[in-house]
Amino acid sequence: MSIDINFLGILIGAIMASSVPLILAASGELITERSGVLNLGVEGMMIIGAISGFALMVITDNLFIAIIGSMLSGLLLSFIFGFLTQSLLTNHVASGLALTIFGIGLSAMIGRDFVGIPGKEFPLLFVNLKEAIPLLGPIFFGHSIIFYFAFLLPFGTNYFLKKTKIGLIVRAVGDSPMSAANQGINVLLVRYCCILYGGAMCGLGGAYLSLIYTPQWIENMTAGRGWIALALVVFATWSPLKVLFGAIIFGGITILQLHMQAMGIRIPVQFLSALPYIMTIVVLVIISRDSRKIKLNTPTSLGQIFYKEK
Amino acid sequence: MIKIERRDETSNLIYFLTPVLAIFLTLVTGAIIFYLLGFKPLEALKFFFITPISDLYGLSELLIKATPLCLIAIGLSFCFKSNNWNIGAEGQLTFGGIVGGGVALLFYNHEGFYVLPLIILAGAIGGMIFAMIPAILKIYFNTNEILVSLMLVYVSKLLLDYLVVGPWSNPEGFNFPETRQFSDSARLPILFEGLRIHAGIFIALVSVILAWVVLFKTYLGFQIKVSGLSLKTAKYAGFKGKTMILLVFMISGACAGLAGVGEITGPIGQLHRMISPEYGFTAIIVAFLGRLNPIGIVFASLIVALTYLGAETAQIFLQVPKYTGQVFQGMILFFLLASDFLLFFRIKFLGFKKYEY
Repeated sequence: MSIDINFLGILIGAIMASSVPLILAASGELITERSGVLNLGVEGMMIIGAISGFALMVITDNLFIAIIGSMLSGLLLSFIFGFLTQSLLTNHVASGLALTIFGIGLSAMIGRDFVGIPGKEFPLLFVNLKEAIPLLGPIFFGHSIIFYFAFLLPFGTNYFLKKTKIGLIVRAVGDSPMSAANQGINVLLVRYCCILYGGAMCGLGGAYLSLIYTPQWIENMTAGRGWIALALVVFATWSPLKVLFGAIIFGGITILQLHMQAMGIRIPVQFLSALPYIMTIVVLVIISRDSRKIKLNTPTSLGQIFYKEK
Repeated sequence: MIKIERRDETSNLIYFLTPVLAIFLTLVTGAIIFYLLGFKPLEALKFFFITPISDLYGLSELLIKATPLCLIAIGLSFCFKSNNWNIGAEGQLTFGGIVGGGVALLFYNHEGFYVLPLIILAGAIGGMIFAMIPAILKIYFNTNEILVSLMLVYVSKLLLDYLVVGPWSNPEGFNFPETRQFSDSARLPILFEGLRIHAGIFIALVSVILAWVVLFKTYLGFQIKVSGLSLKTAKYAGFKGKTMILLVFMISGACAGLAGVGEITGPIGQLHRMISPEYGFTAIIVAFLGRLNPIGIVFASLIVALTYLGAETAQIFLQVPKYTGQVFQGMILFFLLASDFLLFFRIKFLGFKKYEY
């Protein structure tokens, strides 16, 4: 049995494409969490990004506006979360959960008139190279611009957190908001920015789904990807480059199960689908057991309410 | 100028009035959203919140939906009161449903008085065991219970999916993803002829009373409350923190499991993919809206159940998607959390004069 080289290339390309929304949302959430804020509203922000991107594309017929609009809508939704948790000092878990529930409902209401409308073709880059080079062609070429952005993002995030001054401030705020505040850092401002950035990235991740990956609007089309993105951040132990690695594994399982079904391999699909979740728990146990290991990257103040008497 | 101060003490009246304020603000915002989407706001709200409960059948449906919400929220209140963030009640409900449903399928051609109690017991134990996973991992490995309990939701849903498609699917069911119908003695009795309201409501009511007694009249309840207020104090007082974590998770898992079997032996009567319209997540809102108080939770479960029912009615009359109910559920929680700010802080309007101490 010979393995078709081109099929392998297409398979890997498909796996990478399916991991794009996960990379975007998880990279955004990673920054939010590194500033000490746990936003469980990822799923809600992604789905709102998906519908606003698609709706704007239908209305304006302009993909640029659609992409920017999806990011803005994710950002707006995360502002609700930011206002609640940072200004009104509400519980992070409850607020994030409310955001997800609200987002799924609102997206369905907005999307009522957009069900069944066909999407528009999204321009792909380097299409001619895709055909020309065997194996590597379908992997690296013929994708959308967001695809390339997503795969560069973790490197950018890594550089930002490790090498820039603002990145250091974000980490300081996440690790010890009180000491950061005493250093004269405006904790609230930093956290607001990180929350809004996370929201924008989740919105973009959602728009990737509704504009490029499966170009149409379906109710609840993010289908739990937001929760996977949340798991991914933990799986990656809050390190941006591992997000890339994790997203490919998580995305790969989604694609592989489709192909294994087609090839008649007799492992129940559901067990494969459950694998990422079980793996996240295992990783969580491994990193949490060793308190030194988890402390390396875990924002110490994650999910805690910060209040400074003025 | 505005100055924000921490209140020294919070009044009990405001504590239970803010949920009412939150509901009012939700209705106003809901009307605005309906208006923006091109509906007549008052008419839409009427279809949403009045039409569904304007007859006996509607009231019975309301109670059917409030029952699982109330049960789960009661269990969750034990966790939340003691600062344990179990947000995987949906998974515990599903697993309870799987275990209870498994027992029901064993007896699919048996009749007998012992069948139903066995199923209910199995469901409660199933939910309890499933909730022990995040608790034990938290106790021994210091893992984050929010993430573990959440991941397990998906694991349990996929397990249910596997079972109803594969080994447990109805042999005479033409490959539909569902099991056999349970036997009559595996079903919770219907309370009134012609309505769907079933005996599951008594399970919920008993749990409310038990929860009230445990929380307010026992040493355990006292320990739970103290640990919720201050972990350090609890440690200093010598409370067994680890045992308590396990216990509150077991209580809330058992309640969610009971809600699961209540659904499959009540309105559904078999296992299929969708045994719960995310009751486990919505119950978190119910627990908060009810202020983690058993009596408050009863009222909160009725109100949140109405958002489910209202969405169904509005779907028929206004052609809005069924997810519309979630907009209201999310908003209730937003406003409730926001109004909590008034509980702990006071806003002082100082005028424009220079403030002097």
